[in-house]
Amino acid sequence: MGKNLKITINGATVEVEKGASILEAARQAGVIIPTLCYHKDLCVSGNCRVCVVELAGQKRLSPACATPCEEGMEVLTNSLKVRNSRKHIIELLLSEHNADCTSCYKNGKCELQSLASEYKIMNQDFINLIPYHNYTIDMFSPSIIKDDSKCIRCQRCVRTCAELQGVNALTMSYKGEHAKITTFFEKAMNDVVCTNCGQCINHCPTGALVEKNYIEEVWNAIADKTKHVVVQTAPAVRVGLGEELGFDPGERVTGKMVTALKRLGFDAVMDTDFTADLTIMEEGTELLTRLKKAIVDKDPNIKLPMATSCSPGWIKFIEHMYPEYLGNLSTCKSPQQMFGALVKTYYAKARNLDPANIISVSIMPCTAKKFEANRPEMHDSGYRDVDFVLTTRELAIMIKQAGIDFLKLEDSHYDRLMGESTGAGVIFGATGGVMEAALRTAYELVTGREVPFENLNINPVRGIEGIREATIKIENTLKEWSFLEGVELKCAIAHGLANAKIVMDEVKSGKANYHFIEFMACPGGCLGGGGQPLPTSPEIRARRAKAIYAEDAGMPLRKSHLNPEVVKIYKDFLVAPCGEMSHKLLHTKYTPRKRR
Amino acid sequence: MRERTMSTNYQLKRADFIFKNENDWEEVLSKSISRPPQELINELISSELKGRGGAGFPTGLKWKVSSEVKSDVKYVICNADEGEPGTFKDREILSMVPFKVLTAIAICGYVIGAKEGFIYLRGEYNFLKPELLKAINEFEYYCKEIKLDFSIKIFMGSGAYICGEETALFESMEGKRGEPRNKPPYPTLSGYMGKPTVINNVETLAHTYTIFKYGSKRFYDLGVQYSRGSKLFSVSGDTPKPGIYELELGMSLSDFVEEFGDDDTKAVQVGGASGFLVPRKRFSETNIGFQGKLVGISLPTGGSMMLFNSSRSMYNVLDNYLNFFAEESCGQCTPCRVGCQQLLKGIKAVKRGEKNAQYLDKMLKLAETMQVTAKCGLGQSVGNSFSSIVENFREEMIY
Repeated sequence: MGKNLKITINGATVEVEKGASILEAARQAGVIIPTLCYHKDLCVSGNCRVCVVELAGQKRLSPACATPCEEGMEVLTNSLKVRNSRKHIIELLLSEHNADCTSCYKNGKCELQSLASEYKIMNQDFINLIPYHNYTIDMFSPSIIKDDSKCIRCQRCVRTCAELQGVNALTMSYKGEHAKITTFFEKAMNDVVCTNCGQCINHCPTGALVEKNYIEEVWNAIADKTKHVVVQTAPAVRVGLGEELGFDPGERVTGKMVTALKRLGFDAVMDTDFTADLTIMEEGTELLTRLKKAIVDKDPNIKLPMATSCSPGWIKFIEHMYPEYLGNLSTCKSPQQMFGALVKTYYAKARNLDPANIISVSIMPCTAKKFEANRPEMHDSGYRDVDFVLTTRELAIMIKQAGIDFLKLEDSHYDRLMGESTGAGVIFGATGGVMEAALRTAYELVTGREVPFENLNINPVRGIEGIREATIKIENTLKEWSFLEGVELKCAIAHGLANAKIVMDEVKSGKANYHFIEFMACPGGCLGGGGQPLPTSPEIRARRAKAIYAEDAGMPLRKSHLNPEVVKIYKDFLVAPCGEMSHKLLHTKYTPRKRR
Repeated sequence: MRERTMSTNYQLKRADFIFKNENDWEEVLSKSISRPPQELINELISSELKGRGGAGFPTGLKWKVSSEVKSDVKYVICNADEGEPGTFKDREILSMVPFKVLTAIAICGYVIGAKEGFIYLRGEYNFLKPELLKAINEFEYYCKEIKLDFSIKIFMGSGAYICGEETALFESMEGKRGEPRNKPPYPTLSGYMGKPTVINNVETLAHTYTIFKYGSKRFYDLGVQYSRGSKLFSVSGDTPKPGIYELELGMSLSDFVEEFGDDDTKAVQVGGASGFLVPRKRFSETNIGFQGKLVGISLPTGGSMMLFNSSRSMYNVLDNYLNFFAEESCGQCTPCRVGCQQLLKGIKAVKRGEKNAQYLDKMLKLAETMQVTAKCGLGQSVGNSFSSIVENFREEMIY
């Protein structure tokens, strides 16, 4: 990388690469320029104007985020003109923002609030514009609340939904004073093509987009002595939760989290990783069965490639956008829903509990899981399988409310029966993880040998590229799998729905001939989910991913089929993967939906 | 010839180029494209023609930059999204002398190496389309005859003022929401579809026709230093003779008012809602032309001249402008979207006594911030009319 430009920022010379923006140059030089509409995950918009800087010889100020450096440029980031303008702009934003900070869900986490505090906007005397607009709060979605009165039109959500997710549920409409972020024809959020992924929430600087929280409902359930409240925690929560409670990104807090959950009063704390392992058994078996039917029986009704079904954002996406490919989806429920169905059957029976008195709560890095739990088909236990879904952020709020000093907590273990997991279950939290976990088990099942990668780390499927491909040649199979001898298993991984779209279009055009594709709705997989701590950035996600793989590497068991509780549940309850009981409780069907 | 400079002694000079002599367009076209492009560029540069849409960028330089960029595909766009309140000259040019404009578009295409031209026609000018299409048909037929590979299409705007801003216009043409882009990159490098694009106002193109036909000297000899040539003015308001007039640049506003006023002219809005209001006491020191290093105030303009007499309330005038801007801002950048609303609601509040008179000073500061921080010309120029009206007619804002 050649550094070939010199500019000065506040008098100090900075050398930057050609093409760098003033904002990037300033960050490199340790000069902080405030931003609002800028986000590292998104294209540059330059619309909020908070980052304006003064360039020597120019009357007008320039947005640091959208202005490329030029040789010899003299930049002032803190001149009187810059300060006054910046203050004006923050004041303007506050005048159109419903600043009821004390009763706002984002209080303390709002980027506008912290700018206002930094610039000490004490005597805001611009006219409050809120009464001139007829704002409504959209609470129709089970996952996302959209409050236009708190929107500052930075369009981060619009760019997120378009660029990262390719969904375009949110868009800018009207102009001038009426400009606002709307859905298609201003329909309610539950009535449009929205995957509930929550990436808009993760990228919103204010409280205009937040998750629908169920904190009070869960407190009430815990307090109800007649109820047995069971909680499950998703793989990605343990590498994110710490960020909300005083740890740096990338810290693993599994043991502390379990302790905290027990202190909150949950009757049983168990692990979604257990059903992640179970998913591998079911989904791996399903894949091999499909391959057999396709290769040996030449059954034309068998749909390949098979696509994973763990990510509810992805599921709603394919239901809307590619309903003709629903047959390609694995019929396996997501680990959350498998867990829910088992809690009120297998667990209830083993603990001798009336399932009617069980409340099943899940802690997820995800907002789409709230929608998933709400699906009418998710009642296979005879009850609603998962009663409440909380995001990582909501759990952090509960821990704070309960007065638990998280940093000082000792570690403890998950409860038995559905609390045991392997490294394969943990890596479900990262993009490529489901693929890697499935390959570890399927390869061994077919060949009787471990996957041919050092320490079971299948590095070709790991990484951050939006779309990745890997081919694994199956050789020297066991006798009953001889039909797979020499087959090159072609796999693909896509994360972020915009990437899923690219892969699906390739599948549709016939260009791609994969056997198995892992799709995750969110960038980075679940660890970058819409329910994870704020802020989010590629660096933070990379640190969480590192933590996930460290967790895996530190587990005594790394392969799902070795999980003793998985072995036990097949012996005592399910009988066999993809068997009758599995089909009743662990598999599901999908709903074709319209594109608008 | 002696250099004429801007002075109050300068008399109003009418010119008559734009609406005359369209019939020789075939000759102008075929002769022009037989000359080397560089020669045509030099002709434009020595004419000192500046953009007639209002911003006044040197036209020759624009063509030169685009001609030097390497790209297989380039475009020429004629900006006919004439939306500035008080401006109606482009409509007249397109209905009276369309072939001049078409010829100029094609010559520009020849110069920069573009094979496609567009006319971005204001939505409300839909009625011009049938005649314009006929003219394009005839024009393209002739192009084929002389083996000039060039086509012209009309793209209809949908009524948003902001789409007259060149980069918002590209977005609109690309099927996106009409929002201005960040600059740089400038259109000469990356315009429509990300390709090098020359975008000129209708009148600018019509002037290039004059220059290619008669040579640059004929044009250069009109007007004054820094403001060469003639210009169409859309005269409206309290005047006995509203209409379109071609005048040499550099005139003083007092001469203009002498000619077009009703003997009771209180102020003139130069350049439409986004321009400046000049009160009577400043008529004599104000010249109409581009900023130079000469004495007095020079006001550039897209040609809108609105005269107000003593029966007009300048509060109402400003209220009207601000309503327009609050509505027509694209809503993308903070200073423009929120600033326009604050200025509009602010003058109302002062008028009603809900805010004291000092609040006007806070708004003047805000207008300054808008000028230096808004993303595009719209937001940057709202402060022009706001400040010039509030500063000169402060008491009318309060009482």
